[in-house]
Amino acid sequence: MGNQFLLEGKTILVTGASSGIGRGVAVECAKMGAKLVINGRNQERLAQTLAMLEGDGHIVLAADLTDHHSVEAMVEHLPQLDGVSHNAGVTSIGMIKFMKENDWYDLSQTNVFSAIWLTRCLVARKKLNRPSSVVFTSSISGNDSVRHGEALYAATKSALSGFAKAAALDLAPQGIRVNCVHPGMIMTELFQSAQDTLTQDIDELKKLFPLKRFGAPEDVANGIIYLLSDASSWVTGTELKIDGGYTLV
Amino acid sequence: MTLDQFVQIFAEQFDETPVDQFTPSTDYKELDEWGSLTALSVITMVDAEMEKRITGSNLLACTTIEDLYNFIQKL
Repeated sequence: MGNQFLLEGKTILVTGASSGIGRGVAVECAKMGAKLVINGRNQERLAQTLAMLEGDGHIVLAADLTDHHSVEAMVEHLPQLDGVSHNAGVTSIGMIKFMKENDWYDLSQTNVFSAIWLTRCLVARKKLNRPSSVVFTSSISGNDSVRHGEALYAATKSALSGFAKAAALDLAPQGIRVNCVHPGMIMTELFQSAQDTLTQDIDELKKLFPLKRFGAPEDVANGIIYLLSDASSWVTGTELKIDGGYTLV
Repeated sequence: MTLDQFVQIFAEQFDETPVDQFTPSTDYKELDEWGSLTALSVITMVDAEMEKRITGSNLLACTTIEDLYNFIQKL
């Protein structure tokens, strides 16, 4: 038996691949031998991701996953899949008393609905092989801990992790595994923009992590690769924290 | 929004500090209640009430409430 942690011969859809964790996942999965379908909204940045991928035969499918017509159209064009890494997501920081009516709708469309509708369409169109593996990038926020101002974000991420567990149970008879990773603070463009609302010194913040650094997209990608690979073939409905020990203290 | 209105709405972001402690010349970072939660409240208040985006580092760079008000007016 070969190395079960490799992804050779597998076709994997990576959403949110135009930046951040999604881009890191695409790059690392290609190194492990996977053939990729990369999705995002920004064609130009997806082309940059494509250029970073090792190996041949990768394809780009740009689509806005918050729009159900776009999801349905994209799924029609997908090849048969052995794995999905769903990373599309946005952050939001704000105080409860200043929430606006549309804030929940906007955030949950990207962070929750996209995951639910993508899964629904993949299953309905029988695009997921038996066996296959779906991995959602959720968060420690709302599931393992919260910080001030994260109420809406935490609500979307715990909804996502809740959906993943239920999907794991419902899809197990079809040989489809569903798992989540729960990253802590990862150095991405998203983090850089969220940093504008941080009122703590960045070096002070780093001290909150027992492993003394923020995460890199590759740290999350490696956990996702495990969950996509045959090495985790008896793992479903689990939540893998990747947070440098942040939630231990 | 006038400076006086800004001072008043700034004060509303604090739960324990008495309102009379807030004047245009208050050095807000010296207040006992100043911290990440009150700072976040001010950032979201400015966004919601004045439709201007300020950052944590902007708050750290200003000293008095009037400094902050003037900074926001220039945005």
